[in-house]
Amino acid sequence: MKSQKGHYMMRLSGVVMMVALLSGCNIDVFDPAGPVAESQRNLIVYSLFFVGAIILVVYSIFTVFVIKYRANRKNRKESDYKPEMHGNYIIEAIWVAVPVLIVIALSIPTVRLIFQLEEPPVSSQGEEPLVVYATSADWKWFFSYPEEDIETVNHLYIPTDRGIEFRLASAESMSSLWIPQLGGQKYAMAGMENTLFLQADEEGTYLGRNANFTGEGFAAQTFHVNAVSDDEYNQWVDNVSENEPELTQERYDELLAPGLVDQMTFSSTHLDYADHGSNEDRDYSVERHGDKYDEQLDLYNTPGWNPNEIPE
Amino acid sequence: MQLDEFFVTGEPLIYIGMAAIVLVSGTILFVLTYFKKWKWLWAEWLTTVDHKKIGVMYILLSLAMMFRAGVDAMMMRLQLAFPDMNFLNSQHYSEVFTTHGTIMILFVAMPFLIGLMNYVVPLQIGARDFAFPFVNALSFWSTFFGAMLFNISFVIGGAPDAGWTNYAPLAGSELSPGPGINYYLLGLQLSGIGTLATGINLMVTILRMRAPGMSLFKMPIFTWSTLITSFIIIFAFPILTVALALMTIDRIFGSHIFTLTGEGLPMMWANLFWMWGHPEVYIVILPAFGIFSEIISAFAQKQLFGYKTMVWAIILIAGLSFVVWVHHFFTMGAGAFVNSIFSITTMAIAIPTGVKIFNWLATIYKSKIIFGTPMMWSLAFIPSFTIGGVTGVMLGMAAADYQFHNSYFLVSHFHYVLIPGTIFACFAGLIYWFPKMFGFQLNRKLNIWAFWLFLIGFHVTFFPQYFLGLDGMARRLFTIGPEWFTLNFISTAGAFVMGAGFAVFVYCIVYSYFKSTRDLPGDVWGVGRTLEWATPTPVPKYNFATLPDVKSHDALIDMKEDGETTFDEDKLESIHMPNYTGQPFIMTAIMFFASFFLVFEWITLASIGLIGIIVMMYVRSFDYDGGYHIGVDEISKIENSLRGHDNE
Repeated sequence: MKSQKGHYMMRLSGVVMMVALLSGCNIDVFDPAGPVAESQRNLIVYSLFFVGAIILVVYSIFTVFVIKYRANRKNRKESDYKPEMHGNYIIEAIWVAVPVLIVIALSIPTVRLIFQLEEPPVSSQGEEPLVVYATSADWKWFFSYPEEDIETVNHLYIPTDRGIEFRLASAESMSSLWIPQLGGQKYAMAGMENTLFLQADEEGTYLGRNANFTGEGFAAQTFHVNAVSDDEYNQWVDNVSENEPELTQERYDELLAPGLVDQMTFSSTHLDYADHGSNEDRDYSVERHGDKYDEQLDLYNTPGWNPNEIPE
Repeated sequence: MQLDEFFVTGEPLIYIGMAAIVLVSGTILFVLTYFKKWKWLWAEWLTTVDHKKIGVMYILLSLAMMFRAGVDAMMMRLQLAFPDMNFLNSQHYSEVFTTHGTIMILFVAMPFLIGLMNYVVPLQIGARDFAFPFVNALSFWSTFFGAMLFNISFVIGGAPDAGWTNYAPLAGSELSPGPGINYYLLGLQLSGIGTLATGINLMVTILRMRAPGMSLFKMPIFTWSTLITSFIIIFAFPILTVALALMTIDRIFGSHIFTLTGEGLPMMWANLFWMWGHPEVYIVILPAFGIFSEIISAFAQKQLFGYKTMVWAIILIAGLSFVVWVHHFFTMGAGAFVNSIFSITTMAIAIPTGVKIFNWLATIYKSKIIFGTPMMWSLAFIPSFTIGGVTGVMLGMAAADYQFHNSYFLVSHFHYVLIPGTIFACFAGLIYWFPKMFGFQLNRKLNIWAFWLFLIGFHVTFFPQYFLGLDGMARRLFTIGPEWFTLNFISTAGAFVMGAGFAVFVYCIVYSYFKSTRDLPGDVWGVGRTLEWATPTPVPKYNFATLPDVKSHDALIDMKEDGETTFDEDKLESIHMPNYTGQPFIMTAIMFFASFFLVFEWITLASIGLIGIIVMMYVRSFDYDGGYHIGVDEISKIENSLRGHDNE
């Protein structure tokens, strides 16, 4: 059973390699670092077989017909022209049936994966997922670890091989949390909490971003995900608890104002002051900073600035 | 309000825009005055109710808007190819992609197709005009003024900057203060009136004014697609109207329908927007399918394969278009069950669409393909659109969509359906029916240049974007990191080739105006199958002197066999025509000013405008103009002189 699966995976990775070579670089979605992104990559590759087949069939028929039935082709036969042909129920039934079958073949794994993605990843089921509140504000990300009582801004530490349960919310505009190498995105909204399960199996630094347009600072609303081993993660937690300052409400309100901020770490969370995913706190930020959108950041791309850069 | 708050200041590019506007308007005013054309403009165009002239004006509007939104596209591509050059800053980039998207959908795709429908549909069904010529003029002018209102935003007050989807709460008055979003809301509202009225007008025209013998299943396929489209318009546009009105009330009068404060429902905007927005996509694609069907069957010199299946496919697509809107926000967290249902309905659209693709292929099987320029665009559509279609199915798979959503994969997909689908159809249709409209053909050589430049440029622009999306490049980013430089540069190069293709196309129209031969026969291409080619070229203002009995959906083929024409001297009767009127123009001009005042929230002035509109409605309600008749002798004279060369 396992070797069969391995064989299947090898074939899959063969296709992935092909696609990667085609474009001449590593493609994030095809280079997953965790089980969620991997399951989505596999579904995409599965669909690519059908897509490839459809394109092949349509292109072949198209090419042959366009060449063969040109009016000015030499050697045209009288039998090559049937202007009265108006339809054929059997043939038409076939090309209704084939797309129906393709849609069924695509629907089954899609629906299964849709349901699967709403649950913690199967591979780490023995362990409770790590809960992280991810809050988007114009134009930055706050990550609160309620159990560890830690808050980070624009960067994130996670242990590998453990499910991460993101509780998504936004302080104002609808944003979307997307870490392509760990898995697909979900919206973060004010007044509604969404849950997104992701997991990293490989240690490394991954790029995350807000993928849904939220205004002027949108392009700069990126963050780094540091996936580290369990030990290293615990060390980091201890280190932060001892050495980093607490996040006061005053400081939090200040950071919430529209603008860009650097990466930061605090030894307490903002969840005591505001839970933007709850109905009571949906206007927390707008009440405080709603009058600041008249002024623009005047955000230019200074040469050398790279919003996607991952520090080594 | 200070003058420097009224006009947008401080951006060199916008100063260039202002200079261009002044220069172009100045030139137009000068030319009109110098050649004493003001009276001609008013009497022949601004007051016309003739569906043919209105159709031409729609297409002119669309081409102008295509230029504007195309320049927007070029600016975006330049910025992404050379982010270090700082051609656009973030704010300016947001404005540019917002206007690009909104204009391309609402002021390019729709007016172009509605223009072609305006011109062609009455001719295809043997009608004298639309059912409501006055309303038709009103529709055009409201679209025109809606477009103008939307377009002046970038010099007066500031352009909208929340994306063409204008999502709440971003587009609310707190997060997007200023007149920009008001321009979006009122510009679309004003033009939406026209679109809805056109939908009703087309539906009544097609259902009530067909030639004798033309039952529904004997209508040409373009007319069928127009009929279905008009149904979609009538069901979908009221949703937009309501959504726009609600947000306008939010922004201008401080209600809390889509706001974060006061328990508003921002997510409701996304639902309402896409309940209109998805059918809207089919409003711009179904007529395109109709155009391709007409052209492919004509230039393949063969009946359309599976005519009835094609019609049912259109009807099915139209029905499904209303039950897939959630796929625009699978990532909103509606739950696994909802996402599964909408995944399946979305993928189901591929079935009738696939059937149509195979029916087109079957149409060219055992045919005699003539490579007229309209046919080249139509043939190029099939392979290009197929890529857009299959990636659409991939996007429909919700679990995979979480990775595609909001990325350049999506951007590439919808350009791959809208450009080969809608834009190719617009070009193909315009070239195909151009001689009917203007009495001369477009130069073939230049057309072929435009075609290849545009086609190759299109693929070079958008194919790399699939890979950018898979590599994590989100849409609407004003700057990018070095890992995406190469593909973005290729994409930009392609965009400029496309731009060159458009330029050649416009040049081709000008060139052909001066160089092409006039005196064309009614069936200009020699391959016409439907009634519009039975009329003489150019079409007389009353369209048909007499009507034949229609026996099949290829009416002209039967007429040729029976030796019939649309000029049967024995059956001639005088024809009742509507009079031209300036009321639609004046009424919508007042609407324009009222909306403009509302954009700046100058309520008193806007109220005066509202009173003006009501006065105009009153005037119209008591207008007893009964039109006039064209006598038999005159028809006889016109037909004989126009048909002289047909009988040679």
